[in-house]
Amino acid sequence: MSDYETHEHDVLVIGAGGAGLRAAIEASAAGVSVGLVCKSLLGKAHTVMAEGGIAAALANVDERDNWKVHFADTMRGGQYVNNWRMAELHAKEAPDRVRDLEAWGAVFDRTKDGRILQRNFGGHKYPRLAHVGDRTGLEMIRTLQDHGIHQGIDVYMEHTILSLLKDGDRVVGAFGYERERGRFKIFRAKAIVLATGGIGRAYKITSNSWEYTGDGHSLAYDAGAELIDMEFVQFHPTGMVWPPSVSGILVTEGVRGDGGILTNKDGRRFMFDDIPASYKAQTADNEEEGWRYCQGDKNARRPPELLTRDHISRCIVREIKEGRGSPHGGVFLDISWIKQKLPNSAEYIKRKLPSMYHQFKQLADIDITEQAMEVGPTTHYIMGGVRVDPDTQISRLPGLFAAGECAAGINGANRLGGNSLSDLLVFGKRAGEFAAKFAKKNSLGKIDNDKIDITAREALAPFERAGNENPYQVQHDLQEIMQHSVGIVRNENEMKPVLERLKEFRDRANGVRVSGNREFNPGWHTALDLKNLLTVAEAITCAALERKESRGAQFREDYPNRDDALGSGGLGSARVSRAGDGVLAIADFSWAFDAQLVWHETTLQIQRKFVAARRRNHHARRVRYPGISR
Amino acid sequence: MKTATFRIWRGDAKGGEFRDYTTEVSEGMVVLDAVNQIQATQANDLACRWNCKAGKCGSCSAEVNGMPKLMCMTRMSELPLDRPITVEPMKAFPVLKDLITDVSWNFRVKKKIKKFKPRPPDALDGTWRMQQQDIDRVQEFRKCIECFLCQDVCHVLRDHQMHEQFIGPRFLIYVAALEMHPLDTENRIDELRNTQGIGYCNITKCCTKVCPENIEITDNGIIPLKERVVDDFYDPLGWIWKRLKKMLNR
Ligand code: SF4
Ligand code: SF4
Ligand code: FES
Repeated sequence: MSDYETHEHDVLVIGAGGAGLRAAIEASAAGVSVGLVCKSLLGKAHTVMAEGGIAAALANVDERDNWKVHFADTMRGGQYVNNWRMAELHAKEAPDRVRDLEAWGAVFDRTKDGRILQRNFGGHKYPRLAHVGDRTGLEMIRTLQDHGIHQGIDVYMEHTILSLLKDGDRVVGAFGYERERGRFKIFRAKAIVLATGGIGRAYKITSNSWEYTGDGHSLAYDAGAELIDMEFVQFHPTGMVWPPSVSGILVTEGVRGDGGILTNKDGRRFMFDDIPASYKAQTADNEEEGWRYCQGDKNARRPPELLTRDHISRCIVREIKEGRGSPHGGVFLDISWIKQKLPNSAEYIKRKLPSMYHQFKQLADIDITEQAMEVGPTTHYIMGGVRVDPDTQISRLPGLFAAGECAAGINGANRLGGNSLSDLLVFGKRAGEFAAKFAKKNSLGKIDNDKIDITAREALAPFERAGNENPYQVQHDLQEIMQHSVGIVRNENEMKPVLERLKEFRDRANGVRVSGNREFNPGWHTALDLKNLLTVAEAITCAALERKESRGAQFREDYPNRDDALGSGGLGSARVSRAGDGVLAIADFSWAFDAQLVWHETTLQIQRKFVAARRRNHHARRVRYPGISR
Repeated sequence: MKTATFRIWRGDAKGGEFRDYTTEVSEGMVVLDAVNQIQATQANDLACRWNCKAGKCGSCSAEVNGMPKLMCMTRMSELPLDRPITVEPMKAFPVLKDLITDVSWNFRVKKKIKKFKPRPPDALDGTWRMQQQDIDRVQEFRKCIECFLCQDVCHVLRDHQMHEQFIGPRFLIYVAALEMHPLDTENRIDELRNTQGIGYCNITKCCTKVCPENIEITDNGIIPLKERVVDDFYDPLGWIWKRLKKMLNR
């Protein structure tokens, strides 16, 4: 019989990065009690790694910007499989969410007339990213953290959730452990918001920390929610490649926004060689124009280094494959060349990109004001995640909401840089708001003690096993195979066998043994995270096999072209859900919400909203926005 | 392949000991890589914190060869490899396990500092205007990644354990960032002197020396704060004038 410490809240938020913190703040402002669970210490989530900025059409730098342009940029970048309603809400609300931050003490870089400064970024037509040098994520998380701690939120640091608890269809709690002592805990809540971030640890070369094992994706999937767009994994074009121990660490796109160029070993700016048709009209065709753009010339077009991330990553892979890469298997990213243009270029670079300067100086002995960096693609972000209602962020399970990277829809097949921080704010707020509403209308559900006992027993099994499988080794091998076979360039012949291999990995994961005791034992934590990693690996591989076309982040050698029947106008997402025990089902490609959405009677208001949104969604496929540039 | 020996502190609140681990060293490696490598291959249960591996999250603080450092930013090439490299937890905080300390005190201290309170917006659309030169200093303090290395070296906390009387350099610059924020209208000077113990700082500058973000904690933060405290205390007229100005600003 379970006899575990139990906490009760109206709303429980799982994950304390940008989305989780924003959701917690919003929910507690609505007057409900909020618990916030974080896997690490508060303020250390991956959001701190975001460098470039928050995309919001404030129009402080270029008055031609507005939400419609931002919307169009987001849809074009996502290759039109985005949920258009989310893209609309995001573009409309991002400016207010940035202003919230300022009201809570954030100190953004300023324009000459004292307003929030905005910078250029890939795929954004106008300078749009509110930023603080190249440490915007830190500013954002610290602002939310420092505001949040005065809101009466109960924070559970260094806790990990193992499973969601259900009462019938409704999600009513979570079961997990605290790392320090290794004790299990029950969290009962009227509504739960998942904000657990990404899945980067499924790959070998990644910018993500140990935390990003797809926990929210897997928790939601296991509870019966749907995952969509899982094939779309973003490989950021510029991660460090040298020295080996730092490979994968991010080099901000801001380097390119501020004038950095990509060259191959022959010194050629290869991005000029391959500009997609849909971007031809807005991309510079000579170096001079590109530079003028970076210097704020409104009549100049973007340099090709600011094309979308999916495209640049593929171009870099091509250069490397065809033997034109840099000595350590990347290409060159050079910002030092601007000394030909600016007399005080070293100062300019250090002021605009202080942490990049620092990072290369300290980790690679490279002075980026003098030398080129070596960079290559790194696993950065997953566009796919829990399928949610665009307005409320509720999943198909009553009581379960998701926001940020672990939710899906806003980004489609490829996310634009800067749209992540704004996504966290806009949809974190919405998730918190509607979770609080849901909580006010519902009471606590019944907790299933049997389920808890089973989860606890499974979690402790690795201590008692006789085998000698090392959890780190299993994780490492899984990363190798995903990197190799379900990476930037994919084909059926390579991916099919992965599904078989994943079965072996399940067996291995079920045989891992951990040493030591339950107190802060990273070996044990790694063993427990394996299950989630395997779930997302499987979902990614199935979805990637299913999408027989190339679009955005998904590039299939065997289907190199885009298939318009599978997308455009807000259609086209493969849905992954659990069908019966251990079977993963993939539904057709369609955004239209269906009758599977079972709703709790007491949530009538949200339900009506949801249905309305669904109709608009159908309608939208035919509607074009007048005045939006294509 | 080159190898190195690491002498890592293993234990918990009840006590512990240094244990030696030998591991391979590859080019460009940092101490955190070695610790993770040891953890993955020889000591699965070795406890340490890390997240970003790029000096941005402030999780991986420890003492390497006796020096307070971020493990992820300490390159092996900076260290002599002919003798064991010691790695041990920060000393100003209670040990939980191995390299992990209980830093919860810092979170409690922060909560007690009065929060940001902006003046009413300057423009009709609810926004403010600030000049870049007026926020440079505040931005410097806001670079802080909360690694708590400055707290670790400050003798008031480390040697005298005055955690109840003194908030430490991290939170002095936190207060400084709020006090120097052009929009802020709150006053935090009384408690700086009374409960937050700014007087205990005798400007040894040890905190500034270890700050991985190169924040001029003492010169730019603590000393100007001390001046404000002194002004307010010995110059009551000036104090009234400043309060009035703040009120007018509101
Ligand atoms: S300068 Fe002050 S705060 Fe910094 S270490 Fe010395 S006594 Fe502590
Ligand atoms: S001030 Fe510097 S040393 Fe102190 S916590 Fe912040 S970053 Fe770390
Ligand atoms: S791991 Fe983030 S600072 Fe070292």
